[in-house]
Amino acid sequence: MHGWEMSIAYNSLTMVNTLEDVDFESINKQILDCHGRPKGTTAKRERFLWKIPVCYDLEFGIDLEEVANTLGLSQEQLIAHHTSHEYTVYGIGFLPGFMYLGGLPGQLEIPRRKEPRLHVAKGSVGLAGKQTGIYPQDSPGGWNIIGSCPTPVFNPNADEPCFVKVGDRIQFKQISKGEYDLHKIEAEVGIYKPEKFKLDA
Amino acid sequence: MLKVLKSGFFMTLQDMGRFGYRDRGVPVSGTMDFEAANKANQLLENESDSAVLEITMTGPTLLFEDPSYICLSGAFLSPTLNNEPIENYEVVQVAKGDILSYGRLEKGFRTYLAIKGGFKAPKILGSRSQYHPVTPTKCLKDGSAVEYDETLAFEPAISGLKVEDKLGKDVLEVYKGPEFSILSDAQLGALFGRSFSISEKNNRMAYQLTELIQGHKHSMLTSGTMPGTVQFTPAGRLIILMKDGQTTGGYPRILQLSVESIGLLAQKKFGDSISFKLV
Repeated sequence: MHGWEMSIAYNSLTMVNTLEDVDFESINKQILDCHGRPKGTTAKRERFLWKIPVCYDLEFGIDLEEVANTLGLSQEQLIAHHTSHEYTVYGIGFLPGFMYLGGLPGQLEIPRRKEPRLHVAKGSVGLAGKQTGIYPQDSPGGWNIIGSCPTPVFNPNADEPCFVKVGDRIQFKQISKGEYDLHKIEAEVGIYKPEKFKLDA
Repeated sequence: MLKVLKSGFFMTLQDMGRFGYRDRGVPVSGTMDFEAANKANQLLENESDSAVLEITMTGPTLLFEDPSYICLSGAFLSPTLNNEPIENYEVVQVAKGDILSYGRLEKGFRTYLAIKGGFKAPKILGSRSQYHPVTPTKCLKDGSAVEYDETLAFEPAISGLKVEDKLGKDVLEVYKGPEFSILSDAQLGALFGRSFSISEKNNRMAYQLTELIQGHKHSMLTSGTMPGTVQFTPAGRLIILMKDGQTTGGYPRILQLSVESIGLLAQKKFGDSISFKLV
């Protein structure tokens, strides 16, 4: 629909129109009609599974040891749990490119840190409560940091600033420090292509 | 070129905003008091998406390196051009070497400087509005420079305007937000039966109100928010999202300010009072 911005988060859809006057009643009816249609009669959007590289070396995973101890796991087990699940992107917000990911295994649930850090580095991968996620830029934050993603999830200078869309899935993939450095350079010179697989294919 | 000889408290380049990227978490940004900024652009016969400078609380000292025409609007910060007082909402010619500076903040909180043809900066994601990290910098500093095209002659159709003074208005017109129905009679009474004062936590992202109302235990999933969304925390605090506000939030959205009310609130500072009126 022309002029509409639509954003999805979990169980809600927000529609904003700034370009034209909107007849609220008629648009409301259109949306409700759409909602009432039986499943399968509507077009499906293409969805992807993205494999996101993460280096879990202690240099980046500054809370990894502490988190593993608290959860009663070895560091290898923690990494295995974190990388073996697919997480659904339920929303993108809070900061540009910040993904709300659902589906964290229960073994990895840990409260956020008592004192938030004033500075968490861009790319840091964290755990907090039932959530895991990537800090898209340097910011303050209270999540437990277990690794780092070398490639940006949000790049304002790209044609598509955030390749992930709500409804897509994310799986983390463990990489070595060497691969981390390589991907970082690839991203800087603009030749890094995130690994993706079509869902519902 | 416009040179910033001395920056004031906070100064950014803003246009109408950055649309089409909310679903990727990018705030809309744009001028906080759209009506004021837009009037200045209109008097200069600029395109409506022309970029202006948004100046908060204390004014900068600015040097024009090319001739053009300017128009000021919004808050009144006792502006002078080469030490001669000038007025808001009047088209003023500037020559190479002219210096614009500001004095006492008389009224309002945010003032605008528009220039013929608009300030030029690369558009990022469709907008020139400064918002870090979408734009490389978050504000203009001492020594910053902003480009504009030289204009030697311009005959404005209207050279000045008496505008209705809205800076003193303190009633914000609001609509019911998606979670309005969670409010109890006692909470409704507190919300609409009194005035609130602006907390020191106020900026382009959000305005917090100092007084708390009775809290709540309503838990909800993160949903969409917009500039003007009034969030209600479990402790009973009211947080009004503004132009650089986050695009999603997990607090109940009890009210939504009208576009005009966002502009009114943008002119309020720490300690000023406002009240809500349902429309």
